[in-house]
Amino acid sequence: MVRAIMILLLCQLVGTVVQEGTGLPIPGPVMGLVLLIGLLLWRGGPSPELHDTAHGFLKYFGLLFVPAGVGVVTELQVLQANALAIAVAIPVSTILGLVVTGVLMQRLSRSEDDA
Amino acid sequence: MHSLLPLPFFHVWSYLQTQPLLGLTATLCTWELACFIDARAGHKPMTNPTFLSITFLACALLLTGTPYSAYFNGAQYVHFLLGPATVALAVPMYANRHSIKKHFGPIFISLTAGSFVAASSAMLIARALGAPHNVLVSLGPKSVTSPIAMAIAQNLGGQPPLAAVFVMITGIFGAVICTSVFKLVRVKDWRAQGLAAGTAAHGLATARMILINETAGAFGGVAIGLNGIVTSVMLPLLVQMFGF
Repeated sequence: MVRAIMILLLCQLVGTVVQEGTGLPIPGPVMGLVLLIGLLLWRGGPSPELHDTAHGFLKYFGLLFVPAGVGVVTELQVLQANALAIAVAIPVSTILGLVVTGVLMQRLSRSEDDA
Repeated sequence: MHSLLPLPFFHVWSYLQTQPLLGLTATLCTWELACFIDARAGHKPMTNPTFLSITFLACALLLTGTPYSAYFNGAQYVHFLLGPATVALAVPMYANRHSIKKHFGPIFISLTAGSFVAASSAMLIARALGAPHNVLVSLGPKSVTSPIAMAIAQNLGGQPPLAAVFVMITGIFGAVICTSVFKLVRVKDWRAQGLAAGTAAHGLATARMILINETAGAFGGVAIGLNGIVTSVMLPLLVQMFGF
C-alpha cells in the first residue's frame, strides 16, 4: 500500500516538476498519468498492490472532488451573472460532442471491422 | 447564527472553525449520506453522490455563514488525493490497452473531433452570450473528468470551483440525455456509444453506460482517460486560436 502510494506520488511529483520547469500548460498529474502508463507498458503491468491501491483511489473519485466543488459558494455571483450563457452552452455543446464522437466512431470502426 | 448560540456552544463552534477536524468529518459524513440516498434512489443521474454532497455542504456553509476557507482547512486533506487519483487512472487505461490498440485510429479521430467540437462550441456560445474570459476557460474543459478539468482551468486563468461545477452539470445532463441522443442519430454500436458518453460527459455518463452494456462501459473508461490527455494538450491551443 505504501509502496503503491509512493509510486503514484512520485509520478505526480515528476509530472509537476516537468510542468513547472517547462511551463507547459498540461497539468502535472496528467503528465504523471502518462508517465505511469509508460512505466506499466515497460514493466508489463501493475503489481497486485498497485492495482488494488489504484482501484481504491478510483472507487472514491467522486468524493475527492467534493471539497473543490463546494468552492462554488465563492462563485455564486459569477454563476448568476452568466446564467444564460451557461444554460445554453453546456447542453448544446454536450449534445454536439455526443453526436460527433458517436457517429464518427460508429462509421470508422464499422469500416475497420469490414476491412 | 453565532449570536443565536448559547455561550459555551459559541466557544466550541468558533474553536472548531479554526481546526481541520470539522471540515474533514463533515465531508466524509455528507458523502456517506449522499451515497445512501443515491443507493435508495437506484443510482439516478440526479442523485449522483458528488452532486448531492456538493449541494448539501454548500447549503450548510451558506446557512451557517461559515467561510469556504474555514471548511477547506479540513477538506484540503481529501482534495489533495485528487492528484494521485488522477495518476491512478493509468491502471484501468493499461488494462484496456488491447481495445485501445486494436481501434486506435477510430478512437483517436472520433475522440479528438468530439472533444474539439464540445469544447469550442461551449466557449463560442458562451462568448456570444457575453461570458468573460475566466468563465470561458472554466467552461472549456467541462467534458473532462473533474481533477483534470480543474487543473486545466487553473492553468488557463479560470476558476477551478467553477470548472468543477460545469463538469458536474455536463455529466448529469450527458447521463440523462445520452441514450436519447444515440437513438435520434442512430448510433447503435456499443463501442461508439461508450466512447461518445465518456468523451462528452466523462464518468457520470460512463457510469450510465456501464449499467447498459459492458463494452460500452469499457470504451467510456478509455475515453475518460484519453480525453483528459487530449483536452490538456488541445485546450491551450484552442484558447489561443479563438482568442478567448
